[in-house]
Amino acid sequence: MHPAPSVIIFTVLSGLGFGLLTYLGLGAINPTGLAAFGFFTLAYGLAVGGLLASTLHLGNPKKALLAFTQWRTSWLSREAWLSVLALVLMGFYALGAIFFGTHMRLLGALGAALSIATVLSTSMIYAQLKTVPRWNQWPTPLLFLVFALSGGAILAAQPYIAFILLLITGIVLLLHWLNGDGRFAATGSTMETATGLGHIGKVRLLEPPHTGTNYLMKEMVYVVGRKHALRLRLIALSLAVVLPALILLAFPSSHFAIVVAILSHLVGAFAARWLFFAEAEHVVGLYYGKR
Amino acid sequence: MTQLPTHTDKKLGLVIDLDICVGCHACVVACKGWNDQGYGAPLSDQDPYGSNPAGTFLNRVHSYEITQENGPAQVVHFPKSCLHCDDAPCVTVCPTGASYKRSEDGIVLVNEDACIGCGLCAWACPYGAREMDQAAGIMKKCTLCVDRIYNENLPEIDREPACVRTCPTGARAFGDLSDPDSAVSRSVAERGGFDLMPELGTKPINQYLPPRAKGLGQDIDVLAPLLDIQPEPTGIVGWLDKLLGKP
Repeated sequence: MHPAPSVIIFTVLSGLGFGLLTYLGLGAINPTGLAAFGFFTLAYGLAVGGLLASTLHLGNPKKALLAFTQWRTSWLSREAWLSVLALVLMGFYALGAIFFGTHMRLLGALGAALSIATVLSTSMIYAQLKTVPRWNQWPTPLLFLVFALSGGAILAAQPYIAFILLLITGIVLLLHWLNGDGRFAATGSTMETATGLGHIGKVRLLEPPHTGTNYLMKEMVYVVGRKHALRLRLIALSLAVVLPALILLAFPSSHFAIVVAILSHLVGAFAARWLFFAEAEHVVGLYYGKR
Repeated sequence: MTQLPTHTDKKLGLVIDLDICVGCHACVVACKGWNDQGYGAPLSDQDPYGSNPAGTFLNRVHSYEITQENGPAQVVHFPKSCLHCDDAPCVTVCPTGASYKRSEDGIVLVNEDACIGCGLCAWACPYGAREMDQAAGIMKKCTLCVDRIYNENLPEIDREPACVRTCPTGARAFGDLSDPDSAVSRSVAERGGFDLMPELGTKPINQYLPPRAKGLGQDIDVLAPLLDIQPEPTGIVGWLDKLLGKP
């Protein structure tokens, strides 16, 4: 799948923002006044910035409000609702913390639950697609969730929680990669099932339907850069998980360490998310003799 | 509404005969031609006369080579457009309700006024039936020529999809696949029509008829009787053979 920068930025940043909102809502930290303003600005900047980035890949963003109508069937529509509900509820919670120094516990807990639900609904947009076997596996929602919670924990200055969650993130990342490597084969889709001609013999593409490229090939038959996959996996795992975990363990009370840890984590998360797209193979590639 | 209808009165679709298709791409051209002038945003091209042309098409013809264990390789031309699936995954993922399946005839359509161009339906389709038009930013797909098949301004013979109407070999047939007595349903039953990628559970309406068996062990060389091959040479060649002791 084509790793569109807008979608990578959207999933990573909004996940991080909603992760931080989760900790704020649950009362893991209870800032008031100016400190609360800082925390909530950061969380909203990431969450809303990410959501705005996602509209960049729309062909017709001016009609984006219609995306709220189909929540009965569409995960994308559910994500739109959940994100707005989470942001509105946490907005009231933030007003209380910033201007009145109070933390409305029930409201915060509800906002935190909606923030987690938003991250999960984002992940389901990908996990629901049977056509992309690497995404269509149960570790996918888990992966989005642990990335949001571990990144959020670093931003919420919770070094020990972050350390444990980063280790879990590493395990889930490995699980997603290793399980994902066998997913395409497990679906049983081949050029023979795609063409229905397997009863005759082995099928190969003799002539593609067009000499140039097209939308399908650019969007779904993206094979560029997969040869660097192993190196990028190592980079993603080291920067997103190992390095920030070690930094937080070594300097748990240093603000500077938190900044370094979150920057390293972000770079690693971007690499992991780039791989999430670039390594994912769509079954339509079979019609083009590619994967 | 992106909920799939529980029942469709008809199941209009195509039956594509892989035995007959010669890969002339006339259906591709006819489809592009018709869908450029009526229904919805036109199918744009990018850099059409340049070095890297690309464009939106609703129907494309792949060509495959099938190698057999015992027998010659076989070439199959493979036209592919939207299969108007009964369990269409492209419909349910749509966040705006632009993508829908009609309960009256089962045609899957895009309401272009509501399409935001997110591309998720194209991701959900296993067959590559949907292409985002790069000029309009709107998802395009086969409409089964919904603006032809019910169009009373056209002569009756033209009230079928442009690809079917234009096919010079009759490799594409249009009809109601929910009616077991329709011509398309009967040909599917007789010839063993099949679904594409049945393992993905999309329940396509369009059916493909397999190529008829070809291969060694069959006298497929219609010119053989005309080739005057003498098993035993006669005359001077025969005398030479005998003299020199042909093995």
